[in-house]
Amino acid sequence: MSREEVEGAGANPGAELGTGLGPRLGRSPARQRLHRAKELLIETVIRVCGVSAVIFVFGIFYFVFREAAPLLFGGLDLGELLTSGEWYPDSDNPRYGAFALIAGTLAVTLLAMLIAVPLGLGAAIFVSEFSRGRTREILKIVIELLAAIPSVVWGFIGLVIMNPLIIDLFDTPVGLNVLNGAILLALMSVPIIVSIGEDALKAVPDTYREAAEAMGATRWQVTWRVLLPAARNGLLAAVLLGVGRAVGETMAVLMATGHSVNVPDSPLDSVRTITATIASELGETAQGSDHYRVLFVLGSLLFLITFLVNLTADLVIRGFKRR
Amino acid sequence: MVVQHPKIAFRDLKVRYGEKTALEGINLEVAKNEILGIIGPAGSGKTSLLRVLNRTLQNTPGAKVTGDVRIDGEDIHRMRDVSGLRRRIGMVAPLPVGLPMSVYDNVAFAPRMAGVTDKKVLDGVVERCLRQAALWEEVEKRLGDLGTKLSGGQQQRLTIARALSHSPEILCLDEFSIAIDPVTTMRIEEVLKELRKHMTIFLVTNLVQQARRLADRTAFLLLGELVEVGPTEEVFGRNPRDRRTFDYVHGIFG
Amino acid sequence: MGVFATSATARRRHRTQKLAFVVLLGVTVLLILPVLAILGMLVYRGAPALSLEFLFSEPVRGMTAGGIWPAIVGTMWLVGVSLAISAPIGVLAAVYLNEYAGDTWYTRVIHLAIVNLAGVPSIVHALFGVGAFVLFFEFGTSILSASLTLAIMTLPVIIASTKESLSAVPMSFREACWNVGATRWQTIRHVVLPNSIAGILTGVILQVSRAAGETAPIIFTGAAVFVPFLPSSVNDQTMALSMHLFTLSTQVQNVPQEITYGTALVLVGLVVLINGVSIVIRSRIRRRRKW
Repeated sequence: MSREEVEGAGANPGAELGTGLGPRLGRSPARQRLHRAKELLIETVIRVCGVSAVIFVFGIFYFVFREAAPLLFGGLDLGELLTSGEWYPDSDNPRYGAFALIAGTLAVTLLAMLIAVPLGLGAAIFVSEFSRGRTREILKIVIELLAAIPSVVWGFIGLVIMNPLIIDLFDTPVGLNVLNGAILLALMSVPIIVSIGEDALKAVPDTYREAAEAMGATRWQVTWRVLLPAARNGLLAAVLLGVGRAVGETMAVLMATGHSVNVPDSPLDSVRTITATIASELGETAQGSDHYRVLFVLGSLLFLITFLVNLTADLVIRGFKRR
Repeated sequence: MVVQHPKIAFRDLKVRYGEKTALEGINLEVAKNEILGIIGPAGSGKTSLLRVLNRTLQNTPGAKVTGDVRIDGEDIHRMRDVSGLRRRIGMVAPLPVGLPMSVYDNVAFAPRMAGVTDKKVLDGVVERCLRQAALWEEVEKRLGDLGTKLSGGQQQRLTIARALSHSPEILCLDEFSIAIDPVTTMRIEEVLKELRKHMTIFLVTNLVQQARRLADRTAFLLLGELVEVGPTEEVFGRNPRDRRTFDYVHGIFG
Repeated sequence: MGVFATSATARRRHRTQKLAFVVLLGVTVLLILPVLAILGMLVYRGAPALSLEFLFSEPVRGMTAGGIWPAIVGTMWLVGVSLAISAPIGVLAAVYLNEYAGDTWYTRVIHLAIVNLAGVPSIVHALFGVGAFVLFFEFGTSILSASLTLAIMTLPVIIASTKESLSAVPMSFREACWNVGATRWQTIRHVVLPNSIAGILTGVILQVSRAAGETAPIIFTGAAVFVPFLPSSVNDQTMALSMHLFTLSTQVQNVPQEITYGTALVLVGLVVLINGVSIVIRSRIRRRRKW
């Protein structure tokens, strides 16, 4: 190779102004090798960081499952766990029936979604199709703020604001119940539903809107007949991610749903969710005991549920991105 | 025409983007210090050909290159130091790209990345390259301004200055004069005539006159095929070897 | 809904349109109102408690009096350490995804993992922290264990924000750099990253706000109900604002109302302030774009 490698060339290349070319400047071969080694190192670090998320997800599953496994393969009756309502982990003859906890989780999530889906999708449509400019910016910032409020603060609100409010309005003795938790969860899930839903609506090409409006359709008709069907998948994904958030939420439901193991008959019943049970009991158990391990079994169950919900949502989103 | 000891040689070059073939069966040799004009309608593979040469095409997802490309007899796809290869080639893309840094830093970028830290050396390189790109007088007083804030034509000349900053042996100009006024174009052409003493130049252009003024030989690419390559006057004359060349040059299609 | 609609149907359509607008507006207001009401309530009831003494003194008499200084310091420790872990990993992971990874099954797996990392319930992160950091790696219940748990939990925030701003840097800049012989890393280091600072900063700030508010992941990994001294190393346990609010409102009897509200106000104020800063930075830098 006929290239000169001059380091800090003595002659000023500016001396050859006009037509000529200066010498090709560069590192000496030894320093070039060092430079390459340094870059190789950095790129290796980048690649490792790139897969870190995969490592962490596996790590989460491994370490949670690892604590659960001895019980899971050593005498836990899974059938009983999933169907029996008898949760007496502390008694001399402990029973691990988590049905009431599962029912509590489902009840709170379901009611939360009944509130959050119409509110969230409605707000997504309003922000995306019926507002513009400054209004839109402000709305998005407020919804971002809604997402930023920590869950322990929501729990606190459930305790000190919602609780007396529900007691007064529904004339019940206790205001810490399914309804209370569901309202909090709804407000917490709404930002996800709005932002993913808005993305889905934005992904519908403007030509659809223009074509429909050119035919004399009103904004609402365009939204109802054209945009919503076209954005169906994305809106579904938005709802799924909201569900994922609600199922996994811990502090708010721990503080606001009344803390009683109970299959609820009405929204005014107190319950305890899977997450709340883990959070409130883990501190009291001896490490390695059956009670301790059954909480990790419940954790594995939660991990699997949210994994499936997120996987489905991701596949659905991929669907709408591809089109 | 057989070129003795070609500077650059393409053998059976084929480029595909996924299912689409961009170049096929390209055999081309270029002599040292030659200016090779390349003409052809959009989508003929002119830019792909240049991007094969400096191996930036390999960063495009889905692009696949087969065949043999040599510089001074050395297979470029076997070179381990890709940056070293790219420093031997100056590349000027059709759309001007000022990097989001000062004018000075734009031109000093390549030497710095190659390890030059001496301020006096860098000053020299910056002035030489900006002068060669006919931009010096306009930016002499504002070397600290953002490169992206220059006008389109100035950014294009900045790109040329950047391409010269690492003293390449080969210069690829891909329709460099699109954004530049005729007077400035002429000034750069004068510089090119001088530069050819030091380097081999690929000149992709659709300006017949420009090719005539500068190119020793001209190649005509059509839909990924190298239709013909020959002395410029022959290609643009009344009797090119291929009928399609005549049709294109004389505006029957394209 | 043809072009030749009669005036009656046109009027009806106009009415539906108006109704839809009002309903959607109502729904949106219904979302905004609670936020404002809650913030107002917190300020109204918490502000009387706020004083320099409240902020800078220790809780006394079984936390029924005094201030929240150890909790503030503890939150700073947790946030700082978790940020020091997740920021470099998150930024480099985003660099990998945007600059190196192709569109392959492998990349899709990584994306899926990130989505899941963001979607795993916080209490499961807590169990992971206990199983991995507290027990397996034997860091014990400490700031280190809690911060590692927080860092992994908040990683997706930094990755998503960084990746978005990296992809906003035009491809032509990268090509221009490669053309003059800059390596991939040089291009990233000198052109791509400096021009993505806004997004990276936003991600970092959101991570801070997120980490400061989380409670479940730190309860069992490093936060304690009451620690009589300020932490001096990552091996100590610590108090934290979020944990303190939980403790005050559920575990301790007879806490004066304004102390709990004051704590909640400080926590929310902190988070809102941090988010506000991120919003300002984003719009500032967007306006000062270099291209």
